Amino acid sequence: MSDFTPKITAFVCNWCTYAGADLTGTSRMKYSANVKIIRFPCTGRVDFMLLLKAFDNGADGIIVSGCHPNDCHYTSGNFHARRRWIVFRNLCDFMGIDSRRITFSWVSAAEGGKWAEIVNSTTEKVIELGPYKRYSQISKDGFINEFEKGTING
Amino acid sequence: MSMEIKSIQKDSLDKLFNSLKSRGNLIYAPVKVKNEVQFDFVEKFEQITDDFIQTTQSVKNSVFPKIETLFKFVKTGKEVKMLDMDMSLIPEIVIWGIHPCDVWGFDSLRAIFTWDTHDMFFEKRMDKLTIIGMSCAKADDYCFCTSVNLGPGSTKGSDVLLTKTGNGDYIAELVSDKGKALATSMPDVFVQAVQSKKEDFLVVVEKRFDSESLIPKMQKKETFDSPFWVTNSLRCLGCGACAYVCPTCACFDIQDEGYGARNIRFRCWDSCGLKQFTIHTSGHNPREVQSQRWRQRLMHKFAYMPERNKVTGCVGCGKCSRACPVDMNIAEQLQEIDQKM
Amino acid sequence: MDSLRRKAQQLLESKEVDCIIGYNEGSSGNVHAGFITTPGQAEKLIFDDRCKQNLGVYLTKHEVMRLGKLAIVAPVPVMRTVLILTYECQIVENSVKVLGIGLDGQFLDFNEYADIEKYLTDHCNEHPEEDKKLIEKISAMSVEERWDFWHETLKPCIKCFACRQACPMCYCVRCQVECNQPQWIPVQSSELGNMEWHFMRAMHLAGRCTGCGDCGRSCPLGIPVHLLTFKMSDVVLDNFNTKAGLTIKEPSTLSTYKANDKETFIR
Ligand code: SF4
Ligand code: SF4
Ligand code: SF4
Ligand code: SF4
Repeated sequence: MSDFTPKITAFVCNWCTYAGADLTGTSRMKYSANVKIIRFPCTGRVDFMLLLKAFDNGADGIIVSGCHPNDCHYTSGNFHARRRWIVFRNLCDFMGIDSRRITFSWVSAAEGGKWAEIVNSTTEKVIELGPYKRYSQISKDGFINEFEKGTING
Repeated sequence: MSMEIKSIQKDSLDKLFNSLKSRGNLIYAPVKVKNEVQFDFVEKFEQITDDFIQTTQSVKNSVFPKIETLFKFVKTGKEVKMLDMDMSLIPEIVIWGIHPCDVWGFDSLRAIFTWDTHDMFFEKRMDKLTIIGMSCAKADDYCFCTSVNLGPGSTKGSDVLLTKTGNGDYIAELVSDKGKALATSMPDVFVQAVQSKKEDFLVVVEKRFDSESLIPKMQKKETFDSPFWVTNSLRCLGCGACAYVCPTCACFDIQDEGYGARNIRFRCWDSCGLKQFTIHTSGHNPREVQSQRWRQRLMHKFAYMPERNKVTGCVGCGKCSRACPVDMNIAEQLQEIDQKM
Repeated sequence: MDSLRRKAQQLLESKEVDCIIGYNEGSSGNVHAGFITTPGQAEKLIFDDRCKQNLGVYLTKHEVMRLGKLAIVAPVPVMRTVLILTYECQIVENSVKVLGIGLDGQFLDFNEYADIEKYLTDHCNEHPEEDKKLIEKISAMSVEERWDFWHETLKPCIKCFACRQACPMCYCVRCQVECNQPQWIPVQSSELGNMEWHFMRAMHLAGRCTGCGDCGRSCPLGIPVHLLTFKMSDVVLDNFNTKAGLTIKEPSTLSTYKANDKETFIR
């Protein structure tokens, strides 16, 4: 599995983590390049279905990151998000979606170093877990396989 | 078509199975799964059971699958290339041990799918089907086949209809040319008929109403406008359970799915019971409330299909009533209409 | 049961209500929902072990709402439904008359919803033992086994939506599965689509499920989807110490937050 480059999707809020990631770049800190960042106004806006869609489209790991508690640009978006993720992680576990593949974090605009660390450690973790086959078999990979075979509905 | 009658001895039924299998057919037969019996593709004769009244789902999946891919399309730059499905991949299927009501369900489907445009997927799948029916020795009070011109020993639609006799041997009625050809090709399985009468081995299903008298009543305007529909559907939840288990319900939706360049267009089951079924883009919904959707379901089967397709859209299997979470009993309601209207 | 019938009759005679939603004898030994509109029909009301449907589902149904002022026969899950629907502004406080049936099967005549809140503080329904056991069994599996379990269990789902339609909390005018711009969840019954559909519904029911079990009971294929929402109730109880539908004063778990909510996984 050494040549496996995991695909990681990051859902970050505009005000803290996105600015933090920007700082990582401007400070010329190195971090894994396999992460695709998607910017949101707020973690409160990150619908749980978006995370499932990331897996659906072939992500092996996910990062969700926003402002520290009490720092939300909209006052309470991240508090709402926190509740949602508590429930969400439990449901993932119960349905067998591997929650180790999802990193949740608070990264402020000043924490360029922390962002690099989050991305790097998530990448390492996902490399250890390998490609997320169980999910992709019934989504993207499974679809493409059937498509190429041209099977008439099993 | 004159019907030939043969018999099959109880210990040669597996021979029939094995020869069909060795000729490359897939065999779709009732099997026991946990506490239920359902149709599935079987490998071994021993997996099959005949100890059931009805399966929850019908066998329409075999000719009208939950998902039928109609074509594929590939996008490259601005170009879209369409690719036809390879129809030669559609397998030969033998449906084994299916009850007469379910068998006749194929006829309703045929009436719809070949009404004006002939649906090539449906027709191809139908062509590849061999139907070995099994008449009913058991029924429950949801069954009402005799009210819609069928019965526990009806041969309509089967290629071969088997009836189990008292000593375990089967009476085999060769209904269609396909059935006759099958029997001719297996002379050691289909042997000389015995002297038993099949009626002796059939369950008695009480007639609840008469579709001949019901249909004109359903077609009257007063019936359509009657408050009956609201009163009798207040508890209906508006799900798709009744339509999805029904052997004759044929409504579908057409959708696209794909990842990047590779896409498919397919049809999948839909139901007139769901409020989304008729909603327009504007948001207007001509069937605004559930009573109109429930009325549509019964009207389609007992007023519109008889008029347009010359068939009744219901075979009296009672699957919808068994599947309904809130005990909407179709036979009971039809009986009431027949008596009151 | 006599007191229930007597009360029903009196409510209809005095025209205090126009329709009583209750249980009636159905076909083939089943019971089903009945809509009683005249005092004479009150006789038809029954209540026994077979009466499990959560009648609260009808409180948001147009044709039922049009019948006028309503009363409802309400075992505990229905009481909880009434309270949630009140908080969620689907019905007005005290507008639907609640003919309660306690955990012990006794008739309870509630005058206002505050009385229901009081009753529920120490009479809340629990998940049936067999469901608890199943949840435990699933929880004891490895994450891969759980995925395989649900994958196999949900595969036969035909997406008939009986589970959703039977659920009194799934009253959305447009369910998320029906939103197609973008298409969140595949419309058809497919392996991925089935997993996503039930995942989504479980999230929407977290902190709102009344524990009636009607979603699982309604499934024509016997798929135990209620285990998902039941599990979510356990999660909500463990993490936020709340149960759905015990009061009309507090929002459901996921519509609110506390500054000191505890978790251990956010870095
Ligand atoms: S309408 Fe009901 S009884 Fe008639 S064929 Fe369909 S499922 Fe069977
Ligand atoms: S009749 Fe029953 S199965 Fe059919 S839509 Fe109504 S509730 Fe669902
Ligand atoms: S599943 Fe969610 S969106 Fe759909 S009806 Fe239920 S609560 Fe509403
Ligand atoms: S009721 Fe059962 S089959 Fe229908 S959508 Fe729900 S889980 Fe699927």
